[in-house]
Amino acid sequence: MKIVTNFKSKRVVVTGVGAVTPVGNTPEEYWAGLLAGRNGIGPITLFDASKHACRIAGEVKQFDPHQYMERKEAKRMARFAQFSVAASHQALADAKFVINDLNAEQVGTIVGTGTGGLDVMEAQHEVYLTRGPSRCSPFTVQMMIANMAAGLTAIHTGAKGPNSCPVTACAAGSNAVGDAFRLIQRGYAQAMICGGAEAAVTPLSLAGFASAKAVSTRNDDPARACRPFDLDRNGFVMGEGAGILLLEELEHALSRGAKIYAEIVGYGMTCDAYHITSPVPGGTGATRAIELALKDAGIEPERVDYINAHGTSTPANDKTETLAIKKALGEKNARDLAISSTKSMTGHLLGGSGGIEAVATVLAILNDRMPPTINLETPDPECDLDYISNGSRAKTVNVALSNSFGFGGHNVTLVFQKYA
Amino acid sequence: MSQDEILTKVKKIVAEQLEAEEEKVAPESHFVNDLGADSLDTVELVMALEEEFDIEIPDEAAEGITTVREAVNYITEKSASVA
Repeated sequence: MKIVTNFKSKRVVVTGVGAVTPVGNTPEEYWAGLLAGRNGIGPITLFDASKHACRIAGEVKQFDPHQYMERKEAKRMARFAQFSVAASHQALADAKFVINDLNAEQVGTIVGTGTGGLDVMEAQHEVYLTRGPSRCSPFTVQMMIANMAAGLTAIHTGAKGPNSCPVTACAAGSNAVGDAFRLIQRGYAQAMICGGAEAAVTPLSLAGFASAKAVSTRNDDPARACRPFDLDRNGFVMGEGAGILLLEELEHALSRGAKIYAEIVGYGMTCDAYHITSPVPGGTGATRAIELALKDAGIEPERVDYINAHGTSTPANDKTETLAIKKALGEKNARDLAISSTKSMTGHLLGGSGGIEAVATVLAILNDRMPPTINLETPDPECDLDYISNGSRAKTVNVALSNSFGFGGHNVTLVFQKYA
Repeated sequence: MSQDEILTKVKKIVAEQLEAEEEKVAPESHFVNDLGADSLDTVELVMALEEEFDIEIPDEAAEGITTVREAVNYITEKSASVA
């Protein structure tokens, strides 16, 4: 297939990162936690989960929204949007990027999410059932709707450029980064705040995922429940948080002397068009996403050093993703490169995962160090690549991919490379 | 309930709802101009008052309640008519 690029493409770099995650509430803590193999998963404390089949999750701990916003603003904001606003402030501060009257219209925001303000919807539905429609908060809809992380992040930062919200389940955060990349490439924006946010550790969400047999019920051993690529894996573990990148047009970044983390060079997206939850047998959808992303980047498969895998710890994903990596890159290249699933530590942030994993991927490039996959003790014979199972590893990382696949059959691959 | 008791309660609810410091909420405080409320905040505030005083405030009446004093007067009148 030919990709038509009849426009003069601009180069796009990452100049700031933000992260609020189960293993740390700043990018520094998050990265240190990943390298240390820190487990972020434990018993659920956000609600009484005693009646649930799944009672464990990767919760964000000791998050204080008032560090980033007024009390009244925090009260009017669903948890996923609070995470997004917080991580976006971090990314802008990290990049020393100031949005002002002169540049505001050239700075946009795309924040994806899988479920939006599920916490608000569930709480207000309870009010509706127990106290009647007239008692429902006038903020119900505004707080709940999925686009509000993107909307509120723009309100809080003043970014008046392109703004949207992909809702492609567990691929949403990666779609957000990819779409933002395209906008800057084509000159629609000079900089984009982009990534994903999620806060779906709620009764209804956990109940639904458990009924679908998608989540691990290893409740007695939460630290070892999320075990991507391991033979004894039995489902994903829910996580929450937000990961945000500041993408910037290269010349713009250089002109203000910005620190450059990495360059984003490729974006591939496909759909299985097969089943609402199961990946297509043979992983052809994921394979094409990886191939298209590399083609978009103009990078040969043998140059890929590291893949931050989708790696959910579900039986179906991990073997299908392994197969897709082999098919897309070739068996030998697939064996030469290193792969890790940082979800083994953070849990699965659904729409937020593409955000925090893009952050991990660019930090791997910047630091020439790859985070591990923890809990990989007995490799599944069908998962036979190098998943960095013995602690973080130092290696020159010139080219790295981040994979995200979502319910609905969405497959997204992003390609980052060292800026040179 | 005396008017003073109603005033104390209303000030407390207004402070809570609008995240204002209680000592800064005066009888003459205007929800929008002095305490930074927007239209939705005002709706929520009226709902909280209905709940606290177990009364119903129709929309037409709610539109006329823009200050702490107006709220207190309305509630005093309403409570008296119920009693």
